[in-house]
Amino acid sequence: MAKELRLMKGNEAVAEGAIRSGADGYFGYPITPQSEVLEHLMMEKPYEKTGMVVLQAESELAAINMVYGGGAAGKKVMTSSSSPGISLKQEGISYMAGAEIPGLIVNVVRAGPGLGTIQPSQSDYFQATKGGGHGDYRLFVLAPASVQEMFDFVKLAFDFAFKYRNPAMILSDGVIGQMMEKVELSDYIPRWTDEEISKMSSSWATIGKTPDRERNIITSLSLNPNDQEVVNIRIQAKYEKMQNDVMFEKINCDDADYLFIAFGFSSRICQKSIDLACAEGIKVGLLRPITLYPFPTKAIQQMLGQVKGILSVEMNAGQMIEDIKLAVEGKVKVEHYGRMGGVIPSPVEVFDALKQKIIGG
Amino acid sequence: MAITKEDIIKKENLVYSRTKLLTEAPLSYCPGCGHGTVHRMLMEVVEEMGIQSETVGIAPVGCSVLAYDFMDIDMQQAAHGRAPALATALKRLMPNKYIFSYQGDGDLAAIGTAETIHAANRGENILVVFVNNGIYGMTGGQMAPTTLPGMKSSTCPYGRDVETMGNPLKITELVAQLPGAYYVTRQAVHTPANVRKTKKALRKALEYQRDKKRGLSFVEVVSNCNSGWKMTPVEANQWMVENMFPFYPLGDLKVPEE
Repeated sequence: MAKELRLMKGNEAVAEGAIRSGADGYFGYPITPQSEVLEHLMMEKPYEKTGMVVLQAESELAAINMVYGGGAAGKKVMTSSSSPGISLKQEGISYMAGAEIPGLIVNVVRAGPGLGTIQPSQSDYFQATKGGGHGDYRLFVLAPASVQEMFDFVKLAFDFAFKYRNPAMILSDGVIGQMMEKVELSDYIPRWTDEEISKMSSSWATIGKTPDRERNIITSLSLNPNDQEVVNIRIQAKYEKMQNDVMFEKINCDDADYLFIAFGFSSRICQKSIDLACAEGIKVGLLRPITLYPFPTKAIQQMLGQVKGILSVEMNAGQMIEDIKLAVEGKVKVEHYGRMGGVIPSPVEVFDALKQKIIGG
Repeated sequence: MAITKEDIIKKENLVYSRTKLLTEAPLSYCPGCGHGTVHRMLMEVVEEMGIQSETVGIAPVGCSVLAYDFMDIDMQQAAHGRAPALATALKRLMPNKYIFSYQGDGDLAAIGTAETIHAANRGENILVVFVNNGIYGMTGGQMAPTTLPGMKSSTCPYGRDVETMGNPLKITELVAQLPGAYYVTRQAVHTPANVRKTKKALRKALEYQRDKKRGLSFVEVVSNCNSGWKMTPVEANQWMVENMFPFYPLGDLKVPEE
């Protein structure tokens, strides 16, 4: 069968990815720059094609709690928003992590703090990778760098969410969400039947207590501190296991003397900066974390004998650099370069920063 | 020979027993509280309709946060105020299941006002059970959105001053205005007759779900909080009749046109 190719926006690719990965429900609320996710879904009417539920909620709070409720019934459900909306969702995300509920949250990041601007940013790295809401928890975080990955990562994120019974996040940004690229669409995966859900999840999901089992209770509450600690230990062990699924991409790294580390759209800028460096005879590689949690700590450590310095390129004030420094343990120089407030750095700027902060510094 | 407990507990002497769908866990509610009765009526209805395996309940933060310990059905515990959002998703994703939320006044009419109003406005085919005792019981008796004018609580120790604290919110009346609300009623559980009426209302609401009637069923139960009100259970019920009922009159607010 011929490949199904389409020119589409990153946000539309998320919506299409949801329909084709057999999602059961999407619950959203409009916010720039991600409203096309809900708009595309409403236009496509998946409820007529696959039976997928699409609902515009009254708030981000309601939307994430719909995801909590649906996920707690073993359904493949998701929401999307942008930074201020994701802040509102943190309560629900924390409950989902505490009650160990699978689900997908897409953040098409814009610059903050506060209402900030609708222009793209990567300033929600801390929020995405360190928990975000209250309590000790982590999300499985994927960072797409292309419209194709916006499409592909929806299925991938659902897979990890159910593998770990934990919320997963796609941490995108306003560039990837808004830009248009060619996408190769994969075939439709059918939605799970009631029987399949029952087979997979009847040990925990609230799908109706049948006589053959005890009732299933979804809760993140423990009145006894010792009981709560048991939960904490269990979920921490789960986060530890996520290390087995770490994903990253290495570009031009084989004989690199210097290294860019960048995720999402910043990694695309760095690829151009590598070309500029190459023209001047400077060998620079790029390590792109695809999973931000789990973080590719070992992959970075393996580069330390080879490279003389690392530049962390992020569209923020320097967030991922903290995880890089933890991996590097002071063995080579690590600096940050980034622009804030929705300003996108140019490849020339990034190359200049490498020369000034790492090569000449 | 003295009569022992075993002499009394015989099958032929049993005139009353625990409902099958209530667990053996001792209720965490204060003696005299209406929650236990509402729990029982709800579970009796689920049992009598034979829908245990098709029913999922949601209890958010409040005194009834532990409802999942007492009701022998699949249950979800929700964040404060958010139960109708969870219920919305559950019903939309599993339209053949019976879905209810069980909420208190602070939860439903303050922090969860948006979720309540919008779930009703969308006409979600769910049952919302609203236990209104005019106070935050779980956190120790603070002012609720439904606290009466002049009524004392730990955060209005001199009585609710409507000039500065606002008037009590008649959210049930608000819900009844919405086209998406199918059945809206206000009941109580302080007398056997009222208990029977409450049970009938709950049964009707779940039957509407069974029959796929389009819209939300909302059953308010005006109840007491003897601990929060600092009264004996008998005094609390008396106070409820004299003060709560005039402000929150019992009866149907919206009945389906059939």
